This record gives sequence, C-alpha cells and structure tokens, in this order.
Amino acid sequence: MDEIIAILKELHPDVDYETNTSLVDDRIIDSFDIISIVAEIDDRLDVQIPAEEIIPENFNSAKALADLVARLEDED
Amino acid sequence: MLFVSYEFIAFTIILFVLYYLLPKKWQWPLLLIASYAFYWFASPYYLIFIGTTTVTAFIAGYLMEKAQDKTDLAIKNAKADGTYSTDLKKSLKAKAKASKWKILLVSMIFNLGILAVTKYTNFVITNINKFLAEGSALKAVDLIIPMGISFYTFQTVGYLIDTYRGTVKAEKNIFKLALFVSFFPQLVQGPISRYGDLSKTLYSEHSFSEKGFTSGLIRILWGYFKKVVIADRIITAVTSLIGDTDLYQGAFVMIAMFFYAFELYCDFTGGIDITIGIAQCLGITVKENFDLPYFSKNIKEYWNRWHITMGSWFTDYIFYPLSVDKNMLKLSKWSREHLGKFWGKRLTVYISAFIVWLATGVWHGAAWNFIVWGLMNFAVIMISQEFEPLYEKFHKKFGFKNKAWYGVFEILRTIFLMSLIRMFDCYRDVPMTFKMVGTMFTKFNVKIFSDGSLLHLGISGADYIVLAAGLVIILCVSIYKYRSKKDIRETLYENPWIWYGAMAFLLIVTLLFGAYGHGYDATQFIYNQF
Amino acid sequence: MRKRIIALITVAVITVLVLVILSYLVMPKYMKGIIEGSFTSEYYEDTAPHEVLFIGDCELYENVSTVELYRQYGISSYTRGNSQQLVWHSYYMLEDALRYETPKVVVFNVFSLKYNEPRSETYNRMALDGMRWSRTKVDAINASMTADENFIEYVFPFLRFHSRWQELKKTDFEYMFHRDPVSINGYYLRADVRPLTELPDPKTLTDPALGSNAMGYLQRMTDLCKEKGITLILVKSPITYPHWYPEWDEQVRSFADANGLTYINCLNNIDEIGIDWSHDTYDGGEHLNIYGAEKFADYLGGYLVSNCDLTDYRNVPEVASIWAEKETMYDDVLQQQLAELEEYGELMSYGKNAIE
Repeated sequence: MDEIIAILKELHPDVDYETNTSLVDDRIIDSFDIISIVAEIDDRLDVQIPAEEIIPENFNSAKALADLVARLEDED
Repeated sequence: MLFVSYEFIAFTIILFVLYYLLPKKWQWPLLLIASYAFYWFASPYYLIFIGTTTVTAFIAGYLMEKAQDKTDLAIKNAKADGTYSTDLKKSLKAKAKASKWKILLVSMIFNLGILAVTKYTNFVITNINKFLAEGSALKAVDLIIPMGISFYTFQTVGYLIDTYRGTVKAEKNIFKLALFVSFFPQLVQGPISRYGDLSKTLYSEHSFSEKGFTSGLIRILWGYFKKVVIADRIITAVTSLIGDTDLYQGAFVMIAMFFYAFELYCDFTGGIDITIGIAQCLGITVKENFDLPYFSKNIKEYWNRWHITMGSWFTDYIFYPLSVDKNMLKLSKWSREHLGKFWGKRLTVYISAFIVWLATGVWHGAAWNFIVWGLMNFAVIMISQEFEPLYEKFHKKFGFKNKAWYGVFEILRTIFLMSLIRMFDCYRDVPMTFKMVGTMFTKFNVKIFSDGSLLHLGISGADYIVLAAGLVIILCVSIYKYRSKKDIRETLYENPWIWYGAMAFLLIVTLLFGAYGHGYDATQFIYNQF
Repeated sequence: MRKRIIALITVAVITVLVLVILSYLVMPKYMKGIIEGSFTSEYYEDTAPHEVLFIGDCELYENVSTVELYRQYGISSYTRGNSQQLVWHSYYMLEDALRYETPKVVVFNVFSLKYNEPRSETYNRMALDGMRWSRTKVDAINASMTADENFIEYVFPFLRFHSRWQELKKTDFEYMFHRDPVSINGYYLRADVRPLTELPDPKTLTDPALGSNAMGYLQRMTDLCKEKGITLILVKSPITYPHWYPEWDEQVRSFADANGLTYINCLNNIDEIGIDWSHDTYDGGEHLNIYGAEKFADYLGGYLVSNCDLTDYRNVPEVASIWAEKETMYDDVLQQQLAELEEYGELMSYGKNAIE
C-alpha cells in the first residue's frame, strides 16, 4: 500500500490518495498515468497487471489498486 | 433510410407501438426483426456482411467459452481427486489461454479483414498507382461498403476480446448476439457499445413507463432539433466556404472552422441523441458518447468527452494491451536503464499513443487527410503533455489556474485547437488544408464581417438569427449540465406543464425551422461515412 | 398522474392547433402575381352548372374566354386549367370534376401530350394542393410526383412549405383563412398587348413518338367520357410557339379516329379564328390576351353550339343571374387592367410585376 501511494505521489504529488476514491472518474489520473503506474508496479513489485484488469474500479483509489495487486500476487 | 426521413420516423413509431403492445417476451426478437428490416431497406446485400460477422463471432465466442469451461472442469476435477496443485492450475490456465488466443486471433483477423478489404482496398490501390506514377497500373475495384460496418465490426471485436478475457460470458443464443451486433439505432453512427453494458437491458422485458418513454422522446426531439435546425442549416455555409478555396481565404477560413465545429457538434451529438433517445423509449440503456466535449480544458480531456465509446474502445483494446504487453514492459525497463530519465519514461507511451492515433485516423476514413488528422491529435496531446510542468510553474507564479476566466480561456483554446486540427477533415486534402490555414495568418480581410459577405454563403440573415438562437439554447442546456452535473430533463420532468411544454416547443421549432422536406437534400450524418 | 395526463392532453391540443395555424400561414396563397395555384380550388366555389368543361394547360385557361362563350352562345362552361397541367393532372381534374357534375362536353387541349414524365414539383403543387381530398386526389398525387417528392408532404403541406417562414408576405396573413376569386370560371384574363415578333426555329424532333404514359392517360380520359356519356373533343390551341409538330398531330389524329373523337387542330384555322398576332397576344405569341381569347371563344362556341346539344343558359334565370355576376367581374377586371395600362403602360397588379 505504501509503495503504491509512493508511486501515485510521484505522478501527482498534491492529491490525497488516502481518501480519494474517484481518481479515474474525476479525471485526476488519465490513461498515460495508468500505464506509468502499471510499468512502475511491474518494476518495483514485480506484479503484472493484465489489460483486462485496467478498469476504472481498479484504479479509482489507492486501496482498490492495492487490492488488485494483492489479488494478482495471490493468483500467481 | 436516414434518421432524417419520413420513412425512418414512421418505422420508429410503428416499432414503438408494437414493442409495447406485443407480449413482453417478444420485445427483443421484435428489435432483431426491426434491425434486420432497417438494414434490408438500406440494401439487402449488407445483410450478408452483418450476418457473416454475427455467425463467426458467435462461433468464436462459443469455442472460447468451451475451452474455458473445459479448463474450469479439469481444475474442479483435480481438486476433487486430490491431484490439484498451483502448478497444475497454472499450466491448465495457460493452455486454455493459448487455445482461446488462437480462436480470438482468427475471428478478429477475419472480421477486421472484411472491414479492411471493403474500406481500404481502393485507398491502397490509388496509392500504389501514385507510387508507381502510373494512373491505372491497378484498377480500382467496385466494392460495397456496408452501412455502419466500422461501428458494428468494432462492437463485435470488442465482444470477442471481452469473451477472451473472460470479462463477459459468451452469448449462447445466436439471435441475441445478432441483435447486439445489429441494434438499428446505433448501427448508423454508433455509439460503439460493449456487450457487457448493452446486454444488461437489451434482452430484458420492459414495461411502458411515462417517465422513461417521454424522456426518450424529448431526447429524440432534441437530437432532431440539433441536426435539422442547426447542422443542416449551417452546412450550406460550410459547403460554400470550403467549396471555393480561391475566394474564401483568410477570415473566411476562420469562419469555416468555427461553423464546421458547430455543425459537426450538432450533427454528431444530435444523431447520438436520437439513437440514445430511441433506445431509452424502448427501455434500453445505451452508453453516452459525449460529455460536454466543448467544455474541455485540454485536448486529452476533449478526447475523454468526445466520441467517448470510440476513444475508450481504442484505449481499452489497443492502448492498454499494447502498453502492458510483456515486450513493451521490457522495452520500458530497458529504456529507463539506457535512455536516461526523460526518454526512459516516455518511449513506450509515445509508441502506444502513436499507434492508437494512427489507428483512429485510419478508422475515420481511407484517406491521407484522416491519417494526418489522427497524427496531429497525437502531436498536440504529446506537446501539451510535455508542457504540463511548464504550465505548473506558470500557474504557481501567477495563480491563474483557479480563476474562472482562465478556465474559460482554456476551454476556448481547446475548441480553437480542435477546430483547427479538424480542418483536415474539412478540406479533405492535406496540402490544401495547410495552405488555407496559412491564409488565416497572412490575409487580414476582417472587413468581411461588416460588408455583408456573410450573407452570400447561402444562408440568410434570418438563418443567422435561428442559428444564434439555437446556439444560445444549446449553451444554456450545456451550462446547466456543467454546473449542476445533472441532466436538465431530471429537473424539467418534475413539472408536467414544463415537461410537455418543452416537448411541444422542440417539436414545433424543429418542424418550422428545420432544414428538411422538398428543396432540401436529405443530408447524411457526417459520421455515417466512418 | 392525473395532473400529468391533463398537462399532456392540453399541450397536445395546443400543439396541434399551433401547427394547423402555422400550416395555414405558410401555405402559398397564389393571390397575387402567380395566381395559377388558386385555380384548382376555385372550381368548387362555382355554383353554376357546367355543360362544357375545358381541361388543359395555359393554352386553354388563358386562351378561351368563358364569359364570351356565355355572352355569345349562352354556354355555361368552366376551365379546369393549371399551369403546366400534364395529361395525368388533366385526367384526374376530370375525374375530380365528375364527382360533382357530369358535363355534356369535355374539351381537352392536347399540347401536354408531349410530356410523358412528371416534370416539376412546383407545378404539381399548384395543380394538386387545391384539390379536395378523395381517392382521386390520392391517385393524382401518386401519378404526378417527381422522384424527389414525398406523399406525406401533400397530406401535411406544412412539411413542404414550412421553410416559407422566411419569405412570408402581407398576403400570407391576409389570406390565411379565405381566398378571393382570381379567375372567371377558370379563365385568366389579361388585357395587355405584346405583339409576336419573331419565333425561334423549331428544333428537330429526335423521338417523334408521343409517350405511352401520356397516351395511356388520354385513353383513360376517353374511356371515362364514354362511360359517362360525355362527348370528348380534342383541340390544339392556336398557339404557334412552343411548336406543335406534324408528327404529333398525326398521332393524335389517328388516336381520335380510332376512338371516334373529334380533333380540331386550331393551328390550321388561325385565319378563320381571326387572330391578329400584333394585337391578340400579351407575351409575344405564347398566350392570348382577352382580345384573342374572345376570338377563340367565338370560334369554339360556334363549333360547340352547332355540333353539341347545349342549353342556352341566358334563358334560364337562376343560372343567368350567376353569370351576370361573372360578367360584372369580367368587366371590372378588364377596366382595372385598362386603367393600369393607361397609367403605367404595363400591368402592375397582374403577372410578374405583381409578384411580391
């Protein structure tokens, strides 16, 4: 979770990721940000997020993203 | 059968009546019959194309589902007889994925192939001839381009990919799938629906509801108002302006640019309003295709608000898979290690975005102007992306960012930029577009605004008043939505007098001021051609 | 819910009313300048019985003075004419008239036989919009429509004429719900004079055969008259331009012979009729003015009274009183036109000068 927030902070430092739950819906992060995130997660956490998991629900909040990473790690 | 035709209106009214009079279980089969009838009226040959697409997609979906079921069963059995292990699961899953991938690839290549052959053969032939500098080395072939083929093919490919990914279950009833592919209101110009979205309401039984039905009707009328009163009126001026490139230069190009922006908006969103309105009358929810596109503050945002279903199709099915592909991630890692911080972060994004915009351009039409148009979008988006830190600094220093006037400035800037890029689509000729846009900066003929030249473009002073009034109405409705984040219909519905009054107003205004009927050529929706 | 239904019904009624009123407003009135569009509906207003019905284009309605026929011979006639009336229009004008009366004689001008296909939406509307609704009108519309016309635009003329909101004139408001008579029993009176000077040489005819569609309607007209016991007379008005080719003349003659009809090609009788081309035409020979129209009426009337058993309505008081009004109108219009010609040298409230 901390690592994920760190990744997100690098993209947009002034967003409160602890509370915000509509990052995609409010257009705070866009498609370019999303692929940066995917690349960073691959790089730092060694978790590959497949294209079909890139849906707003999984990227709307730091928590959702962390859950996604945990689930993908689990499946491995 | 165009949306703006007496036949289409009669067709739709008959459908509405039957839809709610017949037993509810016949509703979706009726829609399928209506959709095929609609296509039949356009040309019986088209049915062969859409039928082929439907059958192949059905088979592919069925096979992928079967492969998946087999794997699931094997895992279940393994769990039951104790031979289960994570490695077994992994290998079974990988096997299923591989066989599904083969099915997906074949069906996708087949269907996109039909699209490519019908739409692009002549483009390729002309360009080969040009390259060989011999006008008729290859003969252009006479191919029918089925109506809406770009839209239904994309919709079908979306279904196939979703089935492959397992985000939707394959449709087990071929007739239901046929309806998804051919649903007539969206056949002509989109939106490009996802199976997962549309199937939620497409096949269910719907009871008549006053609110739902009249909301749909108002939306239809609103669409016709935009299309017939505004777009089909202003098109006369746009056609004269782009038709005479010797006479209409300088400030005229600027006028053509804004007129075309207004026309395209009213034409396209109006058509989509009719589509979504008809669906709503039938109780079916079709995904929105526009979200106040001319209120965007930058081009990237614009593409999130304009033709949304197309944009998200390209993002979900091309941009993301490309970007998160194993090799792409490898390339990303490699570039970060070898190209330094700047390119390390950018290389893969640039590659993916370039491919997406190239594809978007090609999708719009088989012509160089569309390709250039797509790449211009790519360039502007990337440049503004790179400028973002600069903007940030600028805002920190001056603190304009949160000022209302700065927001308006950003919106106008986006409209201007988008309209400018769209000139490629307008003149349909790349060098000509550059030349004409150039005159905007070299020829200062501002006197045309006062010497009555604008009254010689084929629209009268009274027409300008109608257009201005239309613009004001559209602006008011849009600003209401922008501010309150609410569809104005929600508010109007509460008072039945206002509700039905608004409906009557739209009906009368459209009938009286609409550019339809004898003397007006039935104008196609601009997006029909894509 | 009750409130919503009341609102719905009220608004619906008001909407229909508004559309009806707008429809009356935007319909062309054909009251000044181009008045030919009023002819079809005017027919229904006439209360006199008609023993002779003229059916045809401007070669009849401008060339035969119906009042002269009455004055000289006591013939009560009506011209169901329209600008560019084509054969199918003519046929349905007859069929429509037969719903109200059965004349003894129908005179049809054969010039329009040269056209085999629908030609112009504008003339279709001028001929057909004034017709009362019946099966006949439906058939007439279907027979007349050009490829880009739509039946529903006849049912709801608003759909066709709504774009006239931009060009509404005073007369559009003045004549929203009523019309003034513009013809005298279908006769369009013109008193101005513009002599015939020189006519262009007729072009060579590429395909001399009259079209099968046109001839088919002539056949239907013939059959209908036979069925109703009406004498059908074919005429070619004494107009030399546009040209009436001998090849066409022959075909009409053989049709008349085959069907036992009289065909009078008045081009052969111009001297007998006494037309003076320096005085009897108002537009250089294409149409006759009142002086020519009276001469032609004298000639036709002479033929009609000696060959058909017609009533002399001058001796039938109730009909004579109706005709007395028409004579007054005829004389008034003539006087008004003469006054205008005296004052301006040309007509101001008729023809092209009067177009708003």
